[in-house]
Amino acid sequence: MNSIHTPRAYHGAKWDEPIVLDMGAPGERGYIPPAVEPEIAASVGDGASLIPAGMRRSTPPRLPEMAQPSVLRHYLRLSQMTMGAHITPDASLGTCTMKYSPLVNEEMARTPQMGEMHPYQDDDTAQGILEIIYGLERMLCEISGMDAFTFQPAGGSQAIFANACIIRAYHASRGEAEQRTDIISTSFSHPIDCAAPAVAGFRVITLTPGPNGYPDLGALKAAVSNRTAGLMMTNPEDTGIFNPYVEEFTRIVHEAGGLCAYDQANANGILGITRARENGFDMCQFNLHKTFSVPHGSAGGSCGAGGVTAELAKFLPAPMVVKEGDRFRWDYDRPDSIGKVRSFHGNVQAVLRSYAWIMAHGAEGIQTVAETAVLNNNYLATKLGAIPGVSIPYGGNGHRLQEVRYSWQDLLDETGVSTEDVRRRIVDFGLQGYFTSHHPVLVPEPFTLEPCESYSRADLDEYATVLGHIADEARTNPEHVRAAPHSAAIHRIQEDVINDPARLAMTWRGYQKKQGAAREVATS
Amino acid sequence: MPEPVTKAHPYIPNSSPITRAEMLATVGVESAADLYDGIPKRLKLGRPLNLPPALTSERDLRRHVQGLLNKNIPVTNVISFLGGGCWQHDIPAVCDEINSRMEFLTAYGGDTYADLGKYQAIFEFQSMIGELTGFDMVSAPVYDWAGATTSALMMAARITGRRKALIPRAISAEKRSHIANVAQSQVDVVEIGYDPGTGLLDMNDLQAKIGSDVGAVYIENPNYLGIIETQGPEIAEIAHNHGALFIVGVDGISLGVLAPPADYGADLVAGEAQGFGVHMQYSGGLCGFIASRDEPQILAEYPYLMVSIAPGTVEGEIGFGWSTMERTSYDKREHARDYAGTTQWLWGITTAVYLSLLGPEGLREVGEGILQRSHYAAKQLATVPGVQVPLAGSHFKEFVVNFDDSGTSVRDINVALRERGIYGGHDLSQERPELGQSALYCVTEVHTKANIDTLVSALKEVLA
Repeated sequence: MNSIHTPRAYHGAKWDEPIVLDMGAPGERGYIPPAVEPEIAASVGDGASLIPAGMRRSTPPRLPEMAQPSVLRHYLRLSQMTMGAHITPDASLGTCTMKYSPLVNEEMARTPQMGEMHPYQDDDTAQGILEIIYGLERMLCEISGMDAFTFQPAGGSQAIFANACIIRAYHASRGEAEQRTDIISTSFSHPIDCAAPAVAGFRVITLTPGPNGYPDLGALKAAVSNRTAGLMMTNPEDTGIFNPYVEEFTRIVHEAGGLCAYDQANANGILGITRARENGFDMCQFNLHKTFSVPHGSAGGSCGAGGVTAELAKFLPAPMVVKEGDRFRWDYDRPDSIGKVRSFHGNVQAVLRSYAWIMAHGAEGIQTVAETAVLNNNYLATKLGAIPGVSIPYGGNGHRLQEVRYSWQDLLDETGVSTEDVRRRIVDFGLQGYFTSHHPVLVPEPFTLEPCESYSRADLDEYATVLGHIADEARTNPEHVRAAPHSAAIHRIQEDVINDPARLAMTWRGYQKKQGAAREVATS
Repeated sequence: MPEPVTKAHPYIPNSSPITRAEMLATVGVESAADLYDGIPKRLKLGRPLNLPPALTSERDLRRHVQGLLNKNIPVTNVISFLGGGCWQHDIPAVCDEINSRMEFLTAYGGDTYADLGKYQAIFEFQSMIGELTGFDMVSAPVYDWAGATTSALMMAARITGRRKALIPRAISAEKRSHIANVAQSQVDVVEIGYDPGTGLLDMNDLQAKIGSDVGAVYIENPNYLGIIETQGPEIAEIAHNHGALFIVGVDGISLGVLAPPADYGADLVAGEAQGFGVHMQYSGGLCGFIASRDEPQILAEYPYLMVSIAPGTVEGEIGFGWSTMERTSYDKREHARDYAGTTQWLWGITTAVYLSLLGPEGLREVGEGILQRSHYAAKQLATVPGVQVPLAGSHFKEFVVNFDDSGTSVRDINVALRERGIYGGHDLSQERPELGQSALYCVTEVHTKANIDTLVSALKEVLA
């Protein structure tokens, strides 16, 4: 084993697996469905005869024919070529809060009492899960200062979209739907804070950062008018900097008649420290897969928990869990609700996991989470700040919170090695390729790291060691960095292909057609 | 302010007081509170959160949380006939093993070089959905069928420049509400009725409402009432004659036996994959998809993440990556017309595993077995006095059961069935008043003849 001063001698699994549609052999099979009893067949005939003739499938779908061990092996191999956050200290995916997902929660989420529940079964047969949903709502209300939460949105974007719909419904309820056309957001807020209100039909005004990294009050005042419907922003923003004028922001928007929605995807560093309510927000959302430990599932299913003040609770997506005496039930009778944003009750398995995660921490533990996340971030920033080539734009704001958007601009200027090059190279040392930046890219040659509370000091030292080593390599052997990765499951791909409509392919059949066409062109 | 002395939390390595003190020293502050100098003091909560006491011992936590869960009565403890957009199907053990793998379970937005296997699995998901639907272009997993339908309707509105969309009245209340809320800035919905005798789309109503202002005609196959729509080719022709796109919604598991929508003229498909090896999870198992022809002007309107295959720079290697991100809200920001985000990729991976296990033969057998069981159930239920199966169209796995002649409400019947260990079909009497006291029964490959016969006996008893 290496020491923390030397990068790990990592090599990723490389299986060179075929596409599954090219595997197997005719007649092989991996599964036998339960047999239909002869009495049933005698009563209704064979299955195909029950399909109206024109609707019968004439050609079988070209799915693989594979025995069970072959299917299992294929997907186990694909899993080995995937660097989940439980495999590596994933400080790399800044803004994503790649924290530990406790295994005891996985165990409970996979019991029939969670997995085999149907959304339409009677409430009397679902009292346990309803109590858990209600319990998480109460706890998130305390953590945010909001009065009610929905767990129907299946991700952060969907929850932010729901908040945009609530802003729309609120103004419509006051007869101001036509007048209230504008939503204000900021450049360093997640793109969805602009996109969601745009999809909901609003015009969006984006405030750009001033020299401190956040927009100043003057910019906000210039944007606010009697057309203002609301403010939708992150804080701390993607830079890890907390906009200290947020209270004035929400006050000014309120004075103009707008509502304020707080994107709390970046909440991990401020749990128990500051809340949506004290910051003047009417709404917020937590991404349960980020701050509240739900495993990210390669990109879901998870939950964007949407919180609102009592005044706005009637607009939340229906149904909501209510408690009557000792009994819990779904309340569908919500005439002012915006309607559905996702079918049924959302990803309830995520709600269960977050409930258990908060219960395992309590108030003191939650505060330790936040403080440790911020401590880890500042510790890593201290280490990285010492690496020549790394810079930390927007200094002078006090300590960063949960993450930092760094820059390799100095390294690029000196060596020609870019942040994209380093991003591929760190995979060679067993670290996840880091997140650079959301759009627009305002920090040059960006990389955004979020070393949340799940990572040890040794993990952080290792991360800094790797980046320091690569910065050295950029000076001594820049071509080696640019040609990375070298010890991952694959070398560089032809990145231009995936964005070229003539050559990209989302399916194997599409790819084979385009390959065939290309061959014909080549041979003609 | 000096640091309080606390016990380290098992999930938080650096909560060890010793490490924490050393790290604070490295950063150059006395306490963690000093790290919050960027937050104005007046915004700080200044008191501990009021949360239940911590259950830091795994045994205590499990006792509490599993204790709550144990109040639930899952469908596996009874015989359930609930469907309506979330269904109980058989789940091969390999599916659960793969989606439990920490590599897939805890991955997220990493790119090709660290997460090659994740991308390949999703590309295989897309590829197999392509085989089932008959299309070359398929999205990565979407939130659910409702999300896929709503996005497809919005895509059609943008592609055709027409706001009006015709959708069937025989659609779930869930999906109807979703479309009304999510698509309202871009789509005006008009409903097309169904034939009360067959459950098929009312073609006269379609003819009356189609016009040059219609951007999309949407149907479902099977529809919400379970009926297999046989008029697909005619509906496609009518839509296309008026310059509208034809969108077909599908329950994916039917496509081992039903014709692929591409074969009867669909331009876009919106569907549900939950039946492909994913537990219902009180609705957490849903996973949608969108498919179409591979045409640049259609691709440009897909809002979701999509994974493209790409050759490696080293001969023989094949990789994958997020494709054409400029389509998505991540790049479009305030110019977005629909939004992307974290959806249901774990269930997309599971779907790939399921379809690989079943293959064409397994999927056909599952589909045929569902048809036989559900038709047997409908036939047997129709023999119960007071019970009718009113829609004459052929159904796939769900069908409407009417109790008007029994004089008993679905609500009361379902209470009585529950006392006998049976979850009766979903009560339609509120959302479908035109069907009277009706319930939507769902029968799949998990049901045995004995299960169905038990239901029939129980109903005879309840309605006697």
